[in-house]
Amino acid sequence: MDELRELYQEVILDHGRNPRNFRCPDDCNRRAEGDNPFCGDQLTVYLKLDADGVVEDVAFEGRGCAISMASASMMTELVKGKTAQEAETLFNKFHHLVTDPNVDLLDAADDEDLEKLVVLSGVRQFPMRVKCATLAWHTMTAAIEGKAAVTTE
Amino acid sequence: MSKAAFDTRLANAPLDVAQVRQDFPILAREVYGKPLVFLDSAASAQKPRAVIEAETRVYEEEYANVHRGVYYLSQAATEKFEATRARVRGFINAASDDEIVFTRGGTEAVNLVASCYARHLLEPGDEILISELEHHSNIVPWQLAAKEKGLVIRPIPILDDGQIDMDAYRAALGPNTKIIAITQMSNALGVIPPVHEMIRLAHAHGARVLVDGCQAITHSAVDVQALDCDFYVFSGHKIYGPTGVGALYAKAELLDAMPPYQGGGEMIARVTLRESTFKSGAAKFEAGTPAIAQVIALKAALDYVDSLGMDRIADHEHLLLGYATERLSRIDGLTIYGTAPAKASIVSFTLAGIHPHDVGTIVDREGVAVRVGHHCAQPVMQRFDVPATVRASFGLYNTTEDVDRLVDALEKVKEMFG
Repeated sequence: MDELRELYQEVILDHGRNPRNFRCPDDCNRRAEGDNPFCGDQLTVYLKLDADGVVEDVAFEGRGCAISMASASMMTELVKGKTAQEAETLFNKFHHLVTDPNVDLLDAADDEDLEKLVVLSGVRQFPMRVKCATLAWHTMTAAIEGKAAVTTE
Repeated sequence: MSKAAFDTRLANAPLDVAQVRQDFPILAREVYGKPLVFLDSAASAQKPRAVIEAETRVYEEEYANVHRGVYYLSQAATEKFEATRARVRGFINAASDDEIVFTRGGTEAVNLVASCYARHLLEPGDEILISELEHHSNIVPWQLAAKEKGLVIRPIPILDDGQIDMDAYRAALGPNTKIIAITQMSNALGVIPPVHEMIRLAHAHGARVLVDGCQAITHSAVDVQALDCDFYVFSGHKIYGPTGVGALYAKAELLDAMPPYQGGGEMIARVTLRESTFKSGAAKFEAGTPAIAQVIALKAALDYVDSLGMDRIADHEHLLLGYATERLSRIDGLTIYGTAPAKASIVSFTLAGIHPHDVGTIVDREGVAVRVGHHCAQPVMQRFDVPATVRASFGLYNTTEDVDRLVDALEKVKEMFG
């Protein structure tokens, strides 16, 4: 049960139940659809990038499991105000965090943003669920790069 | 009905499940330190010792390529291989062994018909009716053929209880209808369509019917002549047999009318560099070395279920389905999809506010294996506007304890999600 509790921490359940920035902004200038056909998770990520490539606003809509919803919700809180490049860098670190069992969680906690995502590191024990945790991030990257859709199969 | 009452009825049913469970070595194992509860037989069933040993015996005692050698082993393997064909014929009551084509599975069998019948013998504008209940393997092959040949795909809708909308079906049948693709039992909901009546109506319009028997064949006796279906497909692995083998039944005149599926060895009569002639009957559709050991072991699987008796298996599973439906219905927030009276062995459901994948992950840690997702039947999910469901499917080895363990695990899910 411990690994399950680690996966479904209260923070995750809270974000899953009450996702932040769950809306469609009127003035977004980038968007992408994310699809995880294995689970049936589907979401849309909306970005408003300013002329300097800074994420002025980020939001999402869609439906999926608690892990995918929580990860999307936390992502929107973290990437707002960052440059597109910083957002992608954070995704790379996050991807390592949830896939590489050798990432030291204490080291991760040194990084202010990554620290907030450590709650999602429980998916490392559930390889089938990594796609759920990374779906929103893949979709955000696609939106930044001007791709309309991404699928994690 | 109480659990005790169900157990009494199960105990009085002629199927000795405790004994049956002894026949399946994998059921003795634990998962995460808990006894395995396997509720995913609809995806692929576990194998009895008889099947495992039959496959091993082929390699240890009588293995050689079939239909080729004049030497002892090749002849012995060929005899065993063909004995399965005769066994399949008897199992589904086809008129002739020559109407049984071995394939890699149910999927390849549908693809064979879509390719050789729909692509070659239909004309642009001809219509294929596909029910909303179908597995992707009975949808996509037709779409590929339709796109290439300019055929028209028309849906046969289902009702809110998951049953075929027969009024809509009757209305959809017309002079251009050439093929009906219909499952004998929905893999996503467990619902059993009135296939016999659907075939009768189709034939009245001159259309051919392909019945996907992958699910149904494991739960009740099949008689393709009584059904009068034109094509029937099933997979070995769902009926407690090996993977990599399935069968297509087709009426002899249809096999004769269709061109070969793949070219290669075994399916030819005579080959020159310029042209070739082909064997007739099933052999025309069996190019290359087949899944020899798997085909031979498929006979052991059919012998096994026959020794238990399809009627007894059906009775046992029907009782279990009733018990599961009753216990699951009492869980707050649980919705069952597919509530039509004609059903077998599958309960598909969701828990309010909890995604099926979260359910699946949590019950897995309790040792309970269920399928979560769209079950390769996305049109069914779209019909009920759910991204996915949790599916518990029962085989001949499942018990009321298995259902109880699932229910307990679901309570844990609800507890965790508070």
